[in-house]
Amino acid sequence: MSSLSILILAPLLLFCFISALVGIWRLRWAYATAAIGMALALVAAGTGLFRVLSDGELRYFLGGWPPPFGIEYVLDHLSAFMALIIVFIGLIAVIYPPQAGLYHTPRRGIPAYGLILLLIAGLVGVVVTGDLFNLFVFLEIYSLASYALITLGGDKAVVASFRYLILGTIAGSFYLLGVGFIYFSTGTLNMADAAQRLPPLYGSPTIMAAVALIIVGMGIKMALFPLHVWLPDAHSYAPPVVAAILAAIQIEVAAYVIVRMMLTIFQPQYFIDILPVTTIIGWVSAAGIIFGSVMAIAQKDFKRMLAYSTVAQVAYIGLGIGLANPFGLIGALLHILNHAFMKSCLFLIAGGIRYQTGLHAISQFAGLGRKMPLMMGAFTVAALSMVGIPPMAGFFSKWYLVLGGIEANNWAFVAVILASSLLTAVYFFRMIEKLFTTPSTNDSAVEQATEPPARILVPILILAIGIIILGLINALIVSYVLNPIVALLP
Amino acid sequence: METVYSLKPLLAVLVSLVAVVFIVIPNQRPNVRESWTIMAALAKFALVASMLPIVLQGKSLAITLFSISPGISLALKVDSLGIIFGLSASFLWILTSLFSIGYVRGMSEHKQTRYFASFAICLSATMGIAFAANLLTLVIFYEILTIATYPLVLHKETPEAIFGGRKYLVYLLTGGVFLIFALAFTYQLSGTVDFKAGGILPAHVAKSSVIMLFTLFLLSFGVKSAIMPMHSWLPTAMVAPTPVSALLHAVAVVKAGVFGFARAIGFIIGPAVFNESGAASFLAALAAFTILAASVIALRQDNLKARLAYSTVGHLSYIVLGTALFSPSAWIGALLHIVNHAMMKITLFFCAGAIHVKAHCENVSELNGLGRQMPITMAAFAIASVGLAGIPPVNGFISKWYLVQGSLDVGQMAFAITFLLSGLLNAGYLLSIVARAFFAPSDKFTKLGEASPLMVVPLAITAVLSLLMGLFPDRVPYFFQLASNVAQSVMGGGGP
Repeated sequence: MSSLSILILAPLLLFCFISALVGIWRLRWAYATAAIGMALALVAAGTGLFRVLSDGELRYFLGGWPPPFGIEYVLDHLSAFMALIIVFIGLIAVIYPPQAGLYHTPRRGIPAYGLILLLIAGLVGVVVTGDLFNLFVFLEIYSLASYALITLGGDKAVVASFRYLILGTIAGSFYLLGVGFIYFSTGTLNMADAAQRLPPLYGSPTIMAAVALIIVGMGIKMALFPLHVWLPDAHSYAPPVVAAILAAIQIEVAAYVIVRMMLTIFQPQYFIDILPVTTIIGWVSAAGIIFGSVMAIAQKDFKRMLAYSTVAQVAYIGLGIGLANPFGLIGALLHILNHAFMKSCLFLIAGGIRYQTGLHAISQFAGLGRKMPLMMGAFTVAALSMVGIPPMAGFFSKWYLVLGGIEANNWAFVAVILASSLLTAVYFFRMIEKLFTTPSTNDSAVEQATEPPARILVPILILAIGIIILGLINALIVSYVLNPIVALLP
Repeated sequence: METVYSLKPLLAVLVSLVAVVFIVIPNQRPNVRESWTIMAALAKFALVASMLPIVLQGKSLAITLFSISPGISLALKVDSLGIIFGLSASFLWILTSLFSIGYVRGMSEHKQTRYFASFAICLSATMGIAFAANLLTLVIFYEILTIATYPLVLHKETPEAIFGGRKYLVYLLTGGVFLIFALAFTYQLSGTVDFKAGGILPAHVAKSSVIMLFTLFLLSFGVKSAIMPMHSWLPTAMVAPTPVSALLHAVAVVKAGVFGFARAIGFIIGPAVFNESGAASFLAALAAFTILAASVIALRQDNLKARLAYSTVGHLSYIVLGTALFSPSAWIGALLHIVNHAMMKITLFFCAGAIHVKAHCENVSELNGLGRQMPITMAAFAIASVGLAGIPPVNGFISKWYLVQGSLDVGQMAFAITFLLSGLLNAGYLLSIVARAFFAPSDKFTKLGEASPLMVVPLAITAVLSLLMGLFPDRVPYFFQLASNVAQSVMGGGGP
């Protein structure tokens, strides 16, 4: 029994309160304590992944109460992988200065950094818990934190957050109802226990209803087309750091729940054959990829373009799940990692541009490449990765998805993945072209622009370099971390 | 074939990538910046040349870097085919860099640092393509080449350049997407993507799979090889500065396309399987059509670079047609033409650039009497034109001879006639320029003189080399022997 899973959560929750309290006194200390808490959690998460790779699963019983009565926390390959991604992106988000990340330094009394830590804690909790109801608790924790954080973006953000609140609560309620059905049928809330008690009940309509409710609930949270409607507004109006966390991690955590359902709680066969969940998710995702990409092309605002791009990118993850073969799932899981880095980098760049120039419409960005070469260099790396140009990371997740599609003889999916690369190229190269060609008219905002300060640039560059490194070492990640996860597939 | 472990392939790829840092830093001191480009080019060529003796012995130099996908490694391997491409590209980069310096200074081009840095990355990618040991490594460098050449096409940032850049990306990225599909399909069929002379497809592969795979390769490599109807990006890309057109669109990018075909046909599908499937006949017919159509269109172009662009389209299909024929002579001709055409076409582009800078002419109709003022330039133009028309003693004759012989070997009289007809058309659209320059009466150009030595020396060198390679085809660097090695290993039904 190892307490590593709790050790990731504990600093986050503890420093959430410390940061909130300290923030009332001095904001700078809130910022610093948040960073310390996140760093501690990162150390724990990193250690957790290494221990899991060498020793296997790590379990922890909360309060010493054994399951199925107590709540259990599990670190296996999948949860350790997700936890590390969440906490790493969380740390980058926290060290990004609030003037750029939250549009302005939060007023005294608004525990912005406490809320961010709570958001990350909730996300980590969802991935490390081994109990179905405990997952709901953490789901609601992070959702409430995110609703509050989105409102920091201004008036339109408040409306967008409210809409997200309604839809998010519906999603959470669906999940809870589904878990309730499972509890009534099996008598347990513990994931491992349920996994053992469910197989005889696979034919039961109650279980089928439970699965349907959980999948739809998580589909809403994941912004899977056509349940994505809350996302464009929420992500465009939220402050950059919040949008970065939501787009890069929260969406993926919802996808994690579906994968966990498929691999651990139910047997994959159930999701593939008995109830055609993967087929439906696959086709819906294919539509989502095309829809998201096309809508992104139509956008004039940078962050809104990124928001629709997220709809398309998360649909890649859904497509990988829908393929239900090892390559497909590897592609989906790798894309969770890659997208986290790419999308957070892009949102932080959006924040940086807004901070330096006040601009947010793509048409106004002409010639910025010359003024901010390093930041725009990072943008180019992230954009090329989104399009799928090697050796950046994005190429490899698409590579595995294509291999999965060919193996499943699903040529439509392969065509969708490849065509979407070209669609993505349209909206990103349109921006690259604008950034790197100096316009004939001199817009004063662009003329006066300079490279943002190091505090803003360093997190962005870390992510951009990370994108290249992740691309080059992807084989290691796949062999050591992802292969054991997909070994559960038939 | 013996494989020697060596760091040199990796160094050859990396030397210009490292140089990018040194090119970018001395932004304000052009001479320091340019000297880094020249040093990188010389170092790259020296590395590649040093690998030649080993390759000529029948061995190959290899280095496996690391696993880039479970079961597939990022790996480099220098064999006869790779070194043909590598040598020509790295040598011509030296000359192009000198020419570039003369050109961008003569035209006072803007954003010169971006220009030289992009060139360095492009050549890194080109070496990566030339020395790739498997299809995934090739694809990675192929895509990098597309992206790295984009800023060079876009360079002038005029509306035409921006449009040209967009069209360039649309065509090449679409080709790239089909290439990824081809790569994945190959992996699924064979379980491996390592290049092996004679092909890696399993013994009883379905004919429909071969045709599907060929179609994917056609839609990907065919775009960079400018096979019709996917050729349209090349004339539009002539909006780039002339040295870019010279090296990239006569030597690096387009030759990467035909090189890809050589690898796909010779080392993935295998010429025998390719021939049996019937896809070879289709490719040959398409290439033959491209040769003739492009030559006819070239006749009607007044803009000099456009005329040269269509000429390139035609000559690239010489190479494609050669690899599509199941004959060792055809392959030798095709591979020799990779080098010969590069040498001759780069001469023509260098001349076009010198004419543009010195005489400010872009169209053929403006060139009356220019030869009397710029005799060296137009003499070089003349030598290259003679070679492209396939007339001895310039090297173009040799590759054409083997291509025609190859066509006759497989009994395809039609293709032999295609080559000969194309030669006549080449003479028509190129030698007419020479005649106009030397013999047409005009007093438009007085006291003009040659362009700067930085431009004239490279074009003179490439012209003289074209002549020498035609007179002594069997001498250093033994391209003929290298081409024969490839043809033998590929046709011989297998081997390392």
